[in-house]
Amino acid sequence: MTWDWGAVADFMPYFWDGLWVTLQILVFGSLISFALGLVWALLMRAPTRWVTWPVGGVTEFIRNTPLLVQLFFLFYVLPEWGITFSALTTGVFAIGLHYSTYTMQVYRAGIEAVPVGQWEAATALNLPLRRTWTVVILPQAVRRVVPALGNYVISMLKDTPLLMAITVLEMLGQARLFAQQNFQFTEPLTVIGVAFIVISYLASLALRALERRLVH
Amino acid sequence: MTSGLWERVLEGVWVTIQLLVLSGLLATAVSFVVGVARTHRLWIVRFLAGFYTEVFRGTSALVMIFWVFFVLPPAFGWQLVPLWAGTLALGLTYGAYGSEIVRGALAAVDPAQREGGIALSFTPWQRMKLILLPQAVPEMIPPFSNLLVELLKGTALVSVMGMGDLAFSANLVRLALQESAEIYTYILLIYFVIAFLLTRSMRGLEKKLKAGVGKAPRKKVTAAGRVPEGSGVS
Repeated sequence: MTWDWGAVADFMPYFWDGLWVTLQILVFGSLISFALGLVWALLMRAPTRWVTWPVGGVTEFIRNTPLLVQLFFLFYVLPEWGITFSALTTGVFAIGLHYSTYTMQVYRAGIEAVPVGQWEAATALNLPLRRTWTVVILPQAVRRVVPALGNYVISMLKDTPLLMAITVLEMLGQARLFAQQNFQFTEPLTVIGVAFIVISYLASLALRALERRLVH
Repeated sequence: MTSGLWERVLEGVWVTIQLLVLSGLLATAVSFVVGVARTHRLWIVRFLAGFYTEVFRGTSALVMIFWVFFVLPPAFGWQLVPLWAGTLALGLTYGAYGSEIVRGALAAVDPAQREGGIALSFTPWQRMKLILLPQAVPEMIPPFSNLLVELLKGTALVSVMGMGDLAFSANLVRLALQESAEIYTYILLIYFVIAFLLTRSMRGLEKKLKAGVGKAPRKKVTAAGRVPEGSGVS
């Protein structure tokens, strides 16, 4: 086994570019998944099955099929329908959509965990439905679910390399490009492997600290 | 779509199922070995098992697949057949997730059961085999069922390495027909059907195992989605 520190040094500029793209995907993907997941969770509480069944079915479908195939679907099929986005935008949307079907369940659990007395108090105070949600239920529900949402952000980080398959040059994409140009696979792939471990470990430490602060 | 193209898709289904079964078996073995090792009385064994879990859960499955395909061959001088390389990467990664399930379920068994085993002077191995595992395994089935669906979704990653699985066959059909909406819809549906069959059969297995230890299955399986990551966080 040969290890060439020179190759590591050559790879580092590309690594930082890749890391930047990965973090962009992560931030925007998380924002989309947090927002869409909340929308799904609220729609699932609609009083009519004409809403809950389609929403439940579609999210179940998205959750149980591979993100990679969903990426290809959006990447190849949307242009056929005359909608073109950049690969990065498509990828961010796909990953956000995929994870929104997970965050939706987190929100649902959080909403169900709000004590029933809070609902009754809102009714007793004659709060309109909108105010009940925005000032009573959601602030309590979201606070509870922040750690669980953080777990999905870490999962999402580990799914960002999939965007390489639709030509996005994030960390793995950069590593593969570098490897193919220089015929050195060991160093770039190991560097990004270690980077993933370090980032997800730091993120889980940060999450644990955040959780402690929220609980107390 | 012509029948020739459907044949490609069927071959893809077969490769996906092979990969799912093989990596599922490896992941189960790894989960139990590492999960049980994390309850070992020697700290070094616990530490190594915990280290394994952190490393393999920390990296992305796709990065691991690249590593097994490109770094292992020159580094150690042997090349794996793609199917086995895929099995190895997926089995080790998802085994690390599974080991957390095993550890959690073992820790959730009533401590009095373990103490009872000690009082009856069972050896640690007998306690594990006769007391802890029979009670812990039925509790592991719902999270394992979720993990199995994640593994099924993970098998699609090998198509990036050019292995002819279901996701890869979609690409072939797309190139042949120059049209993607139809084939990708079919492929997504096939994955969904496989996932549905998996969760159904796991539910049946849970019922059977719980009957074996005199418990009724939970009324409704909570669809908790992906297994939570950090300990105590969820």
